[in-house]
Amino acid sequence: MNPLDWLLEPLAYDFMVRALVTTVIAAIVCAVLSCWLVLVGWSLMGDAVSHAVLPGVVLAYIVGAPFALGALVFGFLAVALIGAIRGTSRVKEDAAIGIVFTTLFALGLVLISITPSQTDLNHIVFGNILGVSTGDLIQIGALAAVAFAVLILKRRDLTLYAFDPTHAHAIGLSPRLLGALLLGLLAMTAVVALQVVGVILVVAMLIIPGATAYLLTDRFGRMLVIAPAISVACSIVGLYLSYWLDTASGGMVVLVQGAAFALVYLFSPRHGLLRRRLSRVGRRSDRMAA
Amino acid sequence: MSAAIDVEHVTVHYGEVLALDDVSLRVAAGRVCGLIGMNGSGKSTLFKSIMGMVRPDRGRVLIDGADPAAARKRGLVGYVPQSEEVDWAFPVSVRDVVMMGRYGHQGFTRRVRPVDREAVAEALERVELTEFADRQIGQLSGGQRKRAFVARGIAQGAEILLLDEPFAGVDKRSEATIVRLLKELAGAGHTVLVSTHDLHALPQLADEAILLMRRVLLHAGVEEVLRPEHLAMAFGLDVLDEDGAA
Repeated sequence: MNPLDWLLEPLAYDFMVRALVTTVIAAIVCAVLSCWLVLVGWSLMGDAVSHAVLPGVVLAYIVGAPFALGALVFGFLAVALIGAIRGTSRVKEDAAIGIVFTTLFALGLVLISITPSQTDLNHIVFGNILGVSTGDLIQIGALAAVAFAVLILKRRDLTLYAFDPTHAHAIGLSPRLLGALLLGLLAMTAVVALQVVGVILVVAMLIIPGATAYLLTDRFGRMLVIAPAISVACSIVGLYLSYWLDTASGGMVVLVQGAAFALVYLFSPRHGLLRRRLSRVGRRSDRMAA
Repeated sequence: MSAAIDVEHVTVHYGEVLALDDVSLRVAAGRVCGLIGMNGSGKSTLFKSIMGMVRPDRGRVLIDGADPAAARKRGLVGYVPQSEEVDWAFPVSVRDVVMMGRYGHQGFTRRVRPVDREAVAEALERVELTEFADRQIGQLSGGQRKRAFVARGIAQGAEILLLDEPFAGVDKRSEATIVRLLKELAGAGHTVLVSTHDLHALPQLADEAILLMRRVLLHAGVEEVLRPEHLAMAFGLDVLDEDGAA
């Protein structure tokens, strides 16, 4: 079989084309957002919010509201609860996060179990990229477009928030508002990625691309290009691999992203492990020569 | 005449803990004022109150005679953070950091205009970092890092500069450069409030100093404040003896 068929055969199926488009859209917007998440130190928060949106999405499904609305409400609710527990008891933040997101996630699972038409909703947990309908695709596309536009238009403010919230305050901006904006975008983006990899693996798409790009450059502007580029490439490769190896598509996409991170972690010309070791050896031999 | 920084009877609690107790002080425009006190004496809380990040339980702060929120909107207050507060591995260049001083003057998306570029270039020139403008911020020396943040305040057009421990981790030569820079800025009418452990730098740097121990123990000329009996009030031990041994 020639390589071109290798690429083209899956595209003969409409569901594969929709899967590919959805994956690329989700990969881009998740990767752009991930650049801020890794720098603010919100990896755990990303995990928490992406799990905590589950009951919101299920409730939205039950009452026929847009998924994004339910996700936003529960995303903010999760963060408010985490803050409240941390602020009003002796429980530390990581424990508060662990308690809140697992409880909300469990609420989501219970809601799914008592809601008719269970098959649909279980896909939210594990993702069902091959089952994306044209309607789903439109909703995902619209959400992703809004999130992407806001991220790009407000990128300088968000970067300032990540780097120095005190200065943001000193020049009359509101760090609290910028944090809330980032949080809202996180909840929206989680909904976009739900369809692709499911609630459980969303955090991978929200962290790995940004972390990978961070090891490759010292410029935030370049991170914003490198992260989506890597994420899109990994997603396409993952999807094709899942087709030809007949494996879970969401899992495959995340596996390939993890593999890409591992390669960069080892071999990045700037911040890779190998480079660090070599320069340490280099410094040592310089000292010996001197 | 209204002072550049006017703190009136400010009291701040963190929960049960009293951080500032009825603190009043005034610093006039064009002055460099040192802020001296032990760890936990409320220096950082005082800075946060002046910047409006901490709301006092009692009392108020005025900047140039006006409400601090309005002063912040006009970009009057510049802040140079302690080293430990900054993520030095953050992927921004020196120029990017100084440009952040311009955000308050720019539009919704903070698009960079020629006037912003000029302001940043001038500020970098002023602190002698022009040749390092494209370096990642963590690739500067301790003193250069401080100057980069001072440049941000200059680009911002800040009338009042707050510096939190600017001499920690800075070598003597850089320290002298920073002292000269701050005095120049004060000469040009800026007001500079510096918290520091470094008592040796104080006579060259500051016009006046404040001894803080949750409340203002003494606000006077530097020589007066540095008298051993006065320092003993703030630190509770013979500071100068210890310095002599070091």
